[in-house]
Amino acid sequence: MTLFYALIALGSLALIFGLILGFAAVRFRVESNPIVDQIDTILPQTQCGQCGYPGCRPYAEAIANGDEINKCPPGGEATVKKLADLMGVEAKPLAGGEQADPVKTVAYIREDECIGCTKCIQACPVDAIVGATRQMHTVLIDECTGCDLCVEPCPVDCIDMLPVKETKQTWKWQLNAIPVTQVD
Amino acid sequence: MEKLIDQIKQGKVWSIPGGIHPPGQKLQSTTQAIARLPLPDKLVVSLKQHIGANGKLIVEKGQQVLKGQALTKPSGNWSVPVHAPTSGLISDICPMPSAHPSALPELSVIIEPDGKDNWCELNPVPDAKALSHDELVDIIHQSGIAGMGGAGFPTYVKADTRKAIEFLIVNAVECEPYITADDMLMREHADGIIAGIELMQQLLSPQLTIIGIEDNKPDAIAAMKQAAQHNDSIIVQTVPTVYPSGGEKQLIKLLTGKEVPSGSIPADIGMLVQNVGTLFAVNQAVHEGKPLIERVVTVTGNTIHKQGNVWALLGTEIKHLLDCQGFSPVPQQRVVMGGPMMGFTLPTVRIGVVKTTNCILAPDHHELAEPGDEKACIRCSACADACPASLLPQQLQWFAKSKEYDKLNEHNLFDCIECGACAYVCPSEIPLVQYYRVAKAEIKEQQAEQIKAERAKERFEARKERLEREQEERQNRHKRKPAAKSDGEKQKVADALARVKSKSDDKDSKSAVAAAIARAKAKKQGAEIEPDNSEVAKERAARKEQARKYKEQKALEQGEEGVDKDDKKSAVAAAIARAKAKKAAQATEENASAETEAAPKDDKKAAVAAAIARAKAKKAAQAAEHQTEADSAPVDDKKAAVAAAIARAKAKKAAQAAENQTEAEAESAPVDDKKAAVAAAIARAKAKKAAQAAENQTEAEEDSAPVDDKKAAVAAAIARAKAKKAAKEQTQSDDSSQQTNDSSTEADAQPQSDAPESSEDKKKAAVAAAIARAKAKKAAKEQAQSDDSSEQINDSNDEADAKPQSDAPESSEDKKKAAVARAIARAKAKKLQQEGNDKS
Repeated sequence: MTLFYALIALGSLALIFGLILGFAAVRFRVESNPIVDQIDTILPQTQCGQCGYPGCRPYAEAIANGDEINKCPPGGEATVKKLADLMGVEAKPLAGGEQADPVKTVAYIREDECIGCTKCIQACPVDAIVGATRQMHTVLIDECTGCDLCVEPCPVDCIDMLPVKETKQTWKWQLNAIPVTQVD
Repeated sequence: MEKLIDQIKQGKVWSIPGGIHPPGQKLQSTTQAIARLPLPDKLVVSLKQHIGANGKLIVEKGQQVLKGQALTKPSGNWSVPVHAPTSGLISDICPMPSAHPSALPELSVIIEPDGKDNWCELNPVPDAKALSHDELVDIIHQSGIAGMGGAGFPTYVKADTRKAIEFLIVNAVECEPYITADDMLMREHADGIIAGIELMQQLLSPQLTIIGIEDNKPDAIAAMKQAAQHNDSIIVQTVPTVYPSGGEKQLIKLLTGKEVPSGSIPADIGMLVQNVGTLFAVNQAVHEGKPLIERVVTVTGNTIHKQGNVWALLGTEIKHLLDCQGFSPVPQQRVVMGGPMMGFTLPTVRIGVVKTTNCILAPDHHELAEPGDEKACIRCSACADACPASLLPQQLQWFAKSKEYDKLNEHNLFDCIECGACAYVCPSEIPLVQYYRVAKAEIKEQQAEQIKAERAKERFEARKERLEREQEERQNRHKRKPAAKSDGEKQKVADALARVKSKSDDKDSKSAVAAAIARAKAKKQGAEIEPDNSEVAKERAARKEQARKYKEQKALEQGEEGVDKDDKKSAVAAAIARAKAKKAAQATEENASAETEAAPKDDKKAAVAAAIARAKAKKAAQAAEHQTEADSAPVDDKKAAVAAAIARAKAKKAAQAAENQTEAEAESAPVDDKKAAVAAAIARAKAKKAAQAAENQTEAEEDSAPVDDKKAAVAAAIARAKAKKAAKEQTQSDDSSQQTNDSSTEADAQPQSDAPESSEDKKKAAVAAAIARAKAKKAAKEQAQSDDSSEQINDSNDEADAKPQSDAPESSEDKKKAAVARAIARAKAKKLQQEGNDKS
């Protein structure tokens, strides 16, 4: 008889906890893998596809599923290092052997050569090119991520990737620079 | 609060942590009154001399400006204007090295003084008390006043603060060695400064105003006390000489004992700090109406003979200041803007004085030694003792070296005021501040990148969403259309067939004329006798004329404008040709099936003709492309390509012209002309139809009907020629058509460079136009019905090009054809017009 009571008590306890857990699982469900979000914030969001995935988030998902962390050339070594810290793996040099510290570039359309084909507009992943059919196109420099995706489709090769111009705001003190003096 | 005010009034001064006592070096520059300099040869007024955005430039090169005239107009976003420091001529507006350690070029207005120093009209305010808050703020804003202590923060923003201000603190500490600009200003213009303080009081209504002055400036203290006697709410407080007591947060701590929390501004705790120089400028702006165009600059250092303070016009080159004060440079001479602690070495002395320039220091090697080699940190913690912000400089140094930016943030790197006290006391000569500056710049850049990445992500996702939505919409449309079709499918198919058939019948009857011409032409190729010879000859003459005209024109252009233009033109022509070929091919696909059913016999002929036509088009296009690559390509090719493009556009124009004219005109035209025009029109239509029917046919069929082929080809050729001619005539008679042709402005705007027109030609053209008009009208009617398909064509995106096939299955083939043709022609005409504009 005692055994019977014990079974009932345990069984009901198990049921109650099961219900609580089941409710919690539904109520506090995590929408997506949180590690993906963390990886995604580290990635530079150029959406360039140089990693072989169609955008930064797909690559973040791939990393979360065990892909290599060194496939992001725009992020450079810094991104690899951060990813290594996050994922608890060894930092490696970039897979393609690119520069460790990539030069930031933005697209520039040579406007007198543009024929207005809209192909680059369709290629731009962040809608940073404005223009219309048979009208000159131009790049919104502030929105351009420098992903190079517009260069390839251009039928007249009028898009250049230019390094971002240094301004007083982006200028960094160079400790090891040889002081330049102007003699006059 | 009352207690605090009482304490302050009793003269209580708190203390700040850390601080150092470097040699003052101020006496040598305070022996003389503030000097006035001769006008420099030129003034380089940088548009950005403060924190915030540039104003909008409102002067231009070559303009004569008066002293005090605004050069820029502020446009919100913390922008303040700059003014002409003297009267003269604006010799240039270009980027010039800026007063920044990097000396990166900044857009500047270069003024050549005319020596007259004529003021513009000044508007001094006689009674400032009567001014409203907003009026006063506006005067300060328009006078271009920005913080003159060193940061260059727009004063109008501070003056317009929404927060309640309890203490207005006047920064007259000037703690950095060598600098005496504020000291001398207070000695000479104490009244003006007090007047400025009173204006600020009027704006902010603080409970108390405290002027903080270091005790190494007894003359200034006396002068200020004297000037402030009449106002009880102004207290002159003497603070001990310690560097850096002149830092904003440090001064607040010294004078009120309150600390500004990390990451907030003084206004958050009811404080507002203004530099004496700024307040003097406010006084000048309000009471004298003078904008900020000059400031006191200390020119000092052992290489200067006449060390002292000068009134320097903004934009005066540092070189001028040095030269005027007697400058004997030593080898490896350094010129520092600002003081020895926080200033920076200028890369060039060809930099203009800006609103924040308080000192120019030209030291020799004894007084300011070159920094020695950096040695290892011995962890003596002298830096931590000296830090006025209670940071841990040593820790920060490690983190900065190892680029651990998170740790730097945890250790409040951004509370560092870069005063240099830590580096000053460091026995290992570690340039600590440099490390912090680099780290700060890096962190700021990373933050900016993070923000940019965030925005890029947003935009990327928004775009993805949009594309998905569009895709869905397209699919929905596809689903809906076939369903509608299934309802009365049979009926519609039957309708379409009937229409096509009736059309082809119609054409058959008319095509007799075309056939006759074709035959005639074929014969002419072999033999001489030719019934319609005159017309063909005329045609050819016209063509020749046109070609000649083109050659002339081109030669002229080449002479005038060089190869560039030609390139462009041929590129345009090539692009048009390619686009046309593509369009034609697409149109063909669409219409092929229907047409093969309706007119199987015609098909063969047509197909061949179309094939030839296509080949021709391709060849033309290739030729055109070739030209774009090599300028040396034969002129004929180029001509052909251009001519083709133009002819097409002309055809289109004929159609356009047609729409607006009345049909009555057509009837009045002579009969034979009419016939010719009719033939041309028909031929054109046929060519079109032929092109469209092409795709389905195999080459085997071509072989099986060799005779037909030939005939068809010839017919097509004639048709094409006719179309061209008609179009040409149409354009020749442009004058007449233009009168009636108001609505088709675009096409008609093209200048008429072609042949002189004969009356006969005109007539013919008119007839052709009339017929074309009729056709166009019909097309337009159909067009209206099949509106959506044509709209998509007008978009002429790659996407849109593919659409008509699937989107309007219920519209008849004719409609489609007409719509396509119209759309293409319109585009062509536009292009051509542009070309025309280029020419003219």
